[in-house]
Amino acid sequence: MAITQTFGGGIHPHETGGGKAVTCLLPVVTAAAPARVTIALSQHAGAPAVCCVKVGDKVDLGQVIGQAQGAVSAPVHASVSGTVIALTPCVVASGKSVPAVVIENDFEDRWADTVRPCENADALTPAQIVEIARNAGLVGLGGAAFPTAVKLDVSKLDPKPDTLVVNGSECEPYLTSDHRLMLENAAQIVDGVLLAKKATGVSRAVIGVEDNKPDAVAALQSAAKDGVEVVALPAKYPQGFEKMLIFALAGRRVPNGALPSAAQCVTMNVATCAALSAAVREGKPLIERIVTVSGRVGTPCNLRVRIGTSLLDVIEQADGLAAGVRKLIVGGPMMGNAIPSLNVPITKNFGGFVALGEEGLSGEESACIRCGRCVRACPMGLMPSKIDALVRRNNYDGAIAAGAMNCMECGSCTYCCPAKRELTQSCRVAKAIARLKK
Amino acid sequence: MSKYVVSSSPHLRDSVSTARIMQDVVIALLPAAVAGVLFFGYRAAVIIALSVAAAVLSEWFYCKASHTKSTVGDFSAVVTGLLLAMNLPSTVPYWMPVLGSAIAILLCKMIWGGIGKNFMNPALCARAILSLSWASLMNTFATPAFGHFAGVDTVASATPIVSGAAGGQYSIAQLMLGNIPGTIGETCKIALLAGAAYLFMRQIISWHIPALFIGTFAACYLIATGFDLGQTLYQVFSGGLILGAFFMATDYSTSPPTAKGKLIFGIGCGLLLFIFRYCKKTPAEWCSYAILLMNVVSPLIERVSGVKSFGEVGKNG
Repeated sequence: MAITQTFGGGIHPHETGGGKAVTCLLPVVTAAAPARVTIALSQHAGAPAVCCVKVGDKVDLGQVIGQAQGAVSAPVHASVSGTVIALTPCVVASGKSVPAVVIENDFEDRWADTVRPCENADALTPAQIVEIARNAGLVGLGGAAFPTAVKLDVSKLDPKPDTLVVNGSECEPYLTSDHRLMLENAAQIVDGVLLAKKATGVSRAVIGVEDNKPDAVAALQSAAKDGVEVVALPAKYPQGFEKMLIFALAGRRVPNGALPSAAQCVTMNVATCAALSAAVREGKPLIERIVTVSGRVGTPCNLRVRIGTSLLDVIEQADGLAAGVRKLIVGGPMMGNAIPSLNVPITKNFGGFVALGEEGLSGEESACIRCGRCVRACPMGLMPSKIDALVRRNNYDGAIAAGAMNCMECGSCTYCCPAKRELTQSCRVAKAIARLKK
Repeated sequence: MSKYVVSSSPHLRDSVSTARIMQDVVIALLPAAVAGVLFFGYRAAVIIALSVAAAVLSEWFYCKASHTKSTVGDFSAVVTGLLLAMNLPSTVPYWMPVLGSAIAILLCKMIWGGIGKNFMNPALCARAILSLSWASLMNTFATPAFGHFAGVDTVASATPIVSGAAGGQYSIAQLMLGNIPGTIGETCKIALLAGAAYLFMRQIISWHIPALFIGTFAACYLIATGFDLGQTLYQVFSGGLILGAFFMATDYSTSPPTAKGKLIFGIGCGLLLFIFRYCKKTPAEWCSYAILLMNVVSPLIERVSGVKSFGEVGKNG
């Protein structure tokens, strides 16, 4: 067992209605393919893909419909076979309006001829694996949607990374899609980890799983081979954050303002690893993902959903919203976005859906009592109360000097604030103003 | 307009609230308050009631007069009133807790901006003002008579700190039980420690300030007395140290928020109390003054006890 150390601070939202128990025992169900999909051309970090189909075109399953442009980008593929019926902007879960391709499903699921299993996957060179990841449109499925090929391409890095850190901690309350994947597709995850290990040339690959999922730890451990390590981590939010994970699994701190590469680490999510395996072995581009649908819905579930499916269709398969829903959350309740309407398409970074009732509303804000709970909870070692006070006085330079740029927006401070102050939001404001000033 | 609420993350909140924290402090103070009433009779109960009522009314009045939303619902005025009463002898005239609470809330808390903004502990500040203004009234302690609820002789007795210097008039058992002269809430150490345990359990206070406050004081006293354990224990459990260390010095507004700051704060309190008690050897609320002085320097401590951010160390730290 590797050395595990845990970051200071953090919170335990699981204990106050974490909601994972509702769905963690339910096997993943493949959702019915929708009659039409709306595939956003920008569902990853970096430059949007450029549309390469036109209205009326017949497209096959897995065919490229948007090509990557620029160094940090990812192509987008058709998730159904059928006819392109519109090229139109659509509003995605982040609230942005992005160009999208609407495809009418012919329900033939006719695979594109570019989708071919790889016969000699074990003989691939690192560069070939990176190329496959790029062509498959792989992005980080943990939420940030950073193009996987860019992460795996370590040719320009100096020093070279030596550790691959894989996130199976799934520390967000309610979400269980990674948990189910680890139980049901452990071998595929391990295969993806080994492929990523080869692509990056690291000497060590380690998967971290929160210890509240002992079954997932066991499943991965029995599937682990060729030196892939599986480590149980203390269940504590935000354990799954890149910097916290690297600290726990590699024993290194990523310096402020730096990327994991500065700590000679590459980080990936378990779901991304599974998708990498599918892309390499089966030639499958990223056209579907697992989505946890939980909270106040008719039947909470884990669904394997085609990218581009409307959230309305997904909710229908979960037997609709239950009574008393006040907030619609895409992603987990700690980091996710509240959306005004269900009329958004599933994108590659769509981590889950949680319908919250009154429990999702914050109480009325009152004065800071200086209790220091936020200071103790902050995993980044900041004083959120101080940053909040500075931002409210419009002293943004002071807030930056107090370290606001290091805030990862995990929400731990706001979660534990007895005065119900929007501390995380103050950090966001400080960061946004600092970026504007640059 | 969407019928759904759109707001920034996080979308879940801990159940803790300011009011809940203050209610917990009240719960933690109750055993000692009850002990005070049992030892010092009905006057103690009346003083507690008057003090709490005056504190709440003062805060309500201030909010009304300043046209701001009433903050009495956060229960902090109840805590201030209760703490002040526990710092008063049971012999004081009934106008005193009323005046004291008004001073605590209006002069020491609200005019600075209310909860979280005051720079000195309101209850202690009010106690200091009362002591300086009516020294003899504030230093007349009743001899406790357990079970003799209705009538307690208001005999002026020396506090154990004074007599202790002369050689230990009371046993440690008496100091712990609290049937000794003193202010209403400071004498029963068992009840105070039980309340403190509750605050720890509920994670309202951390160990840093009380441990360093009492630890520093005890260590200094041990050294000064040539390791006289009996006298040191006597000092620790007499006067207002236990009440002060667990319930007053830990006040959020007037102590540093970081662990490092709390350690410095606790050490400062302990050192000051030692200097005052050991060098002055006169009856006074030295514990209050030690805490009040540290309250004043708390912002300075905060400056030098900032937190270190996660990524501040070297690459492989």
